[in-house]
Formats: sequence, C-alpha cells, structure tokens
Amino acid sequence: MTKLKVFFITVCALMVGLTGVAQAKLEIVITEGINTARPIAVVPFAWKGSGPKPDGLTEVVAADLMRSGKFNPIPLTAMPQRPSSSAEVDYTEWASLGVEALLVGTIEPYGIDRYTISFEIIDVLRGQITSGTQVLQNGQLVTSEDHILDARSSVISGDQFRQYSHRISDVFYETLTGQRGAFMTRIAYVTVNHDLDKPYELVVADYDGFNERVLLRSPEPLMSPSWSPDGNKLAYVSFENKKPQIFIQDIYTRAREQMTDFPGINSSPVFSPDGQNLAMVLSKDGNPELYVMNVATKRLRRVTNHHAIDTEPSWSPDGNSLIFTSERGGRPQLYSVNLSAGQVRRLTFEGEQNLGGTFSPDGKQVIMVNRTQGNYHIARQDYPNGAMQILTQTALDESPSLAPNGSMVIYSTTHNNQQVLALVSVDGRFKARLPTREGEVKSPSWSPFLR
Amino acid sequence: MNANKALKSLFIAVPMLTLAACSSNQGAEEAVDQQTNQQQEQLQQEESGVDIGAVERQKTPEEIRAEKVAELRQENMIFFAFDDSRISSEYAQVLAAHADFLVQNPGVTVTIEGHCDERGTPEYNIALGERRAKAVAQYLQNLGVSSSQVTTVSYGEEKPLINASNSDAYAKNRRGVLVY
Repeated sequence: MTKLKVFFITVCALMVGLTGVAQAKLEIVITEGINTARPIAVVPFAWKGSGPKPDGLTEVVAADLMRSGKFNPIPLTAMPQRPSSSAEVDYTEWASLGVEALLVGTIEPYGIDRYTISFEIIDVLRGQITSGTQVLQNGQLVTSEDHILDARSSVISGDQFRQYSHRISDVFYETLTGQRGAFMTRIAYVTVNHDLDKPYELVVADYDGFNERVLLRSPEPLMSPSWSPDGNKLAYVSFENKKPQIFIQDIYTRAREQMTDFPGINSSPVFSPDGQNLAMVLSKDGNPELYVMNVATKRLRRVTNHHAIDTEPSWSPDGNSLIFTSERGGRPQLYSVNLSAGQVRRLTFEGEQNLGGTFSPDGKQVIMVNRTQGNYHIARQDYPNGAMQILTQTALDESPSLAPNGSMVIYSTTHNNQQVLALVSVDGRFKARLPTREGEVKSPSWSPFLR
Repeated sequence: MNANKALKSLFIAVPMLTLAACSSNQGAEEAVDQQTNQQQEQLQQEESGVDIGAVERQKTPEEIRAEKVAELRQENMIFFAFDDSRISSEYAQVLAAHADFLVQNPGVTVTIEGHCDERGTPEYNIALGERRAKAVAQYLQNLGVSSSQVTTVSYGEEKPLINASNSDAYAKNRRGVLVY
C-alpha cells in the first residue's frame, strides 16, 4: 500500500518535472513561409528494447527542421509507412507524396540509461531510381547505396536526447542544404516583468527556448547582451548602480567583471571576432563615440571623433572594421570605419533612418533596422552599397541578431502591445513569432556555434 | 514587523468597517458629523479648559515666492517632442524654480534622467536620452546652477512612464526627470 503510494507520488513528481521541462518560455508561431519549405518526413525512430520507448527525439528534430524555414516535415498521420531503415522504404509511396527526403532510425538499449541511436538520411527521388540496382564497383557488382545521404550511429545517455536531437538536425540540415546547421546554439535576451521586485532579467536559453537560465536579475535595466566568440561569456550593460556600466559575465562560472564605469554613456559592448577586444560606445569625452577596449588590459582606443551621435558598433568578420550608426549626415544612417586607417564611409541611403547594423557571418551582407514612413523594419543590404530589401512587416522591429550560419535573424518586435521575439529568414520568406507567457522579451543575441 | 503590519491594517480596517456599518443606518451622516465635531473641539481645547484662537499671519513676499517655488519643484518632469531635445518654453517656470533652489542650496545635487519613447533602437535611444538630460542640465547651468551639482543619466527607452505603444504614451515617455 505504502509502496504503491510512493510509486504514485514519484510518477506525479516525474510528470510535473517533465512538463516543467517541456514548457519552454518561448513558444513558436510560424506566420509565413511554411508552404515554400521543402517537404520531408521525420519518421519516429523504431524502439528495439523492452519497456516504454524513450520519446522526444524525432519530435525535436522535426521542430528544428520546421523552425529552420527550409523544411516542412509532413505530419505523422500523412506517413504511408514507418520504416526504420532504408531497406524498409517504399520509395514510390513517399515520392508520390512529394516528400524529398526521409530521416529514419532506431533506438536500442546499450546499458543502464545508455542508448544506441542509429539513423539514415535518405534521398527519396534518387532512391526511387537507384535503390536495389546493381552497380559495378572495383570490378564487383554491388547494390547501389548512393540514395543514402548519411548514416550514423552513436551511444548516448538518457539526458542527452534533446542535445543529440539537435545534432541530428544539424547533420540533416547540412546534408540537404550544404550549409552548417545552427541548432546547437543558444540565445541570450532580456526579459522585463514590472510585476516583479526585480523586473529585469538576463536570460540564456537553447535557441528553441528550452533550458532557460537566468544569469542576472536586477531592479534596474539590463541592455545589449553580446556573446564572446567562444560562446562562454556575455558582455552587457547593467544600470544596477543607477548608471550604465559594462560587465562581462562567464555563463558557466558566474564570474563577473565590471569593464567600465565612465561618466555618461557606457553602451553597446560587442566582442571582436578574436575575442580580445570589446567595441563600445562612451560619451565620457563629450558625446557618444566608438571605442575599442582590450579585454585583458582594459586599455582604450578611441575610434570615431565627431560631434554627432556615433553608436551601435558591429565588427566585420575579419575584425578590421566596424559598422556603426551615426547622425553625422543629419539622420541616423549606417557607416563603416576602417580600424587601421580610420577611414569612414557611408553605407546606407534608402529610407529615413537606418540603425543597428550587423554583418552576416560571411561579411557580404548587412542586416539593419530601416525606418521608412515612420515604420521600423528589419532590412538586408549587400555590403557595402547594394540594394536594400525589407524583410519584415511586423511593428517596431529592432535588435536584429543573426544565427551563426547566417540563415535566420532573431529580432525584437511589438505584438499586441507587448515586446516579443520573432524570427525571419535572411531571404525574408519564413517568418515566425516567439510569444511568451508573461512579461516582455527584448534584445535577443544569437550565440556562435557551440560544440 | 509582521505583527506591526497587521496592527496597522486593523487601524485602517476597523474604522472603515464602522463607516460601512454606519452607512447602512438611517442618519449615518449625522453620526459621522457628530464624531468629527467632537474631535475638532478636543484638538482646540487646552487642559485648563480654555479655548485658544489665532489669526493668520500675513506672508512676506519672500515666503510666498518660496512656497510657489516649492510647489513648482513638485513638478519634476519635462516632456519633449519626437526626436527632439529642445526644451519647450512652457517649462521655463518649473526649471527656474529648480535652478533657484539649487543656487540657494549649493550642497544639494540633482540627477537628471533622460528618457525616450520605444521607437528607434534601444542603443540609439540611449544616445538621444543623454542629449535630453544634457539639455536640461545646460538649461539649469545657464540659470547659475553649478555644474558640480548636476549629473545626468540616460535610460533610453528602458524605463517608460507608461507601458503602451500609442502616441499618448510616447509623449509621456519622452521626458527629462529631475531626481534629488
């Protein structure tokens, strides 16, 4: 009797625990672009053990691939069969549904809380043509397997399912697009909930909103989180001492270092691509100017010198120049400054204002906030002086941050009178909103690739 | 601490309950009137049983001015037009009152906060907010306030007065605030 009771309580506790994990703060509402994505099938992996099947693997992969905007995983109910290996696949059936590629696999028990996960990525169209045919290889007839794009097997523990799912998504994405997947990444952002004693929180979560961790809770504003290139640290601005100061915090050890305490503005810290310097904005010499600080020595170097506002620095991928927002032309527009020669060049001319510029990882494009007819939208322009394309139609868009593979922009927008995060693909086709349950979310910053 | 709080809330709750009870009666207003009359008489009566009266003293022009300045100083916000850091003439009196006070009390310091509405990027708004705060600081200094008495801080769009996305809220959020 008591044993049963204990069992019941344990089950309840487990269920509560699980739902706690399952409920990420950031949900996703895809608002545009799923019909242009490539149809694929993520077939639930076959469980080769006894007892209940460990779940939550293929669900995460399917969600990842859908969020990428590039793929449209068909629903389970639409699947004509549930193969677990390429040998079981009926190619004609899948091809008739228009499905381009399949992910199939198995989960086998390996030891206590250890599992072998095997999976294959299959090209349906090529499989239809070549599967089962014999080809001559090294003078011998063998069965052609060129429709199997990738096949892997790994042993993981029970608590690694979610992470390994993102790994599978990365492999699938790279196999089918040729571009590295960004599913094993994180985002940092600031939440504001005025009902709390300490309304401002600096939060880090997996890119999909899971595993949220609060790094700092403050009664005063927090701004501009920005990742170190190794993904271990965040630079940000905190008003905890009733004035803006720049801090660097290790996200694993909680070690925190105050980097600046200058009179006036201490704003917009951004790590250089090599992680050794921090670009920032200080107004200690009269008005907002760009500076570069050596992280180790804290030695400062002034970069701009103009009586107009200069702010929002962003490093070029080679670390040789900064783009920034300046009012020197009358209205805020984007400029670049060469760090060795100090040469300044104007980049944007379209629209009333262009602000908050950031380079794509390949340095060929700049993502920014464009204001046209009073509306703030995320825009993209070829670097340095190409045509501009407006990517979003939401309201008051700001703080764009690119995924490290350059495929997607996360930004802050206003929906139903509340600041929320949103996603838009760099081509502008895929759009999604990440609503929260309470409070406001802003200043998103996408991490670099994490190993 | 908690008991103290509970006691305090009783002090508030009990009279309110009595009032509520009274209002359900006929002639409740009379009862309340009687109560207040008794209280007033008690206040004016000395122990020896005599009633003491007084006339209101005429205020000196200095006192009247000081009072007006104090009243004006209750107003500590200056609102700005969109993307603008110029101080509208309607705030001349209020700022003059603050300047007056600061000049007469050189030991007092004031922090001027600059704030923006939510339009535009947060980092750019930090720069705009500083410009507003500095405009107010400069205004006070032009009226003789020492620069050592005035500090500025820009909160950009991070601390809105009204948390909404409409033009009324925006107008209230574009502000300079004098904090003593």
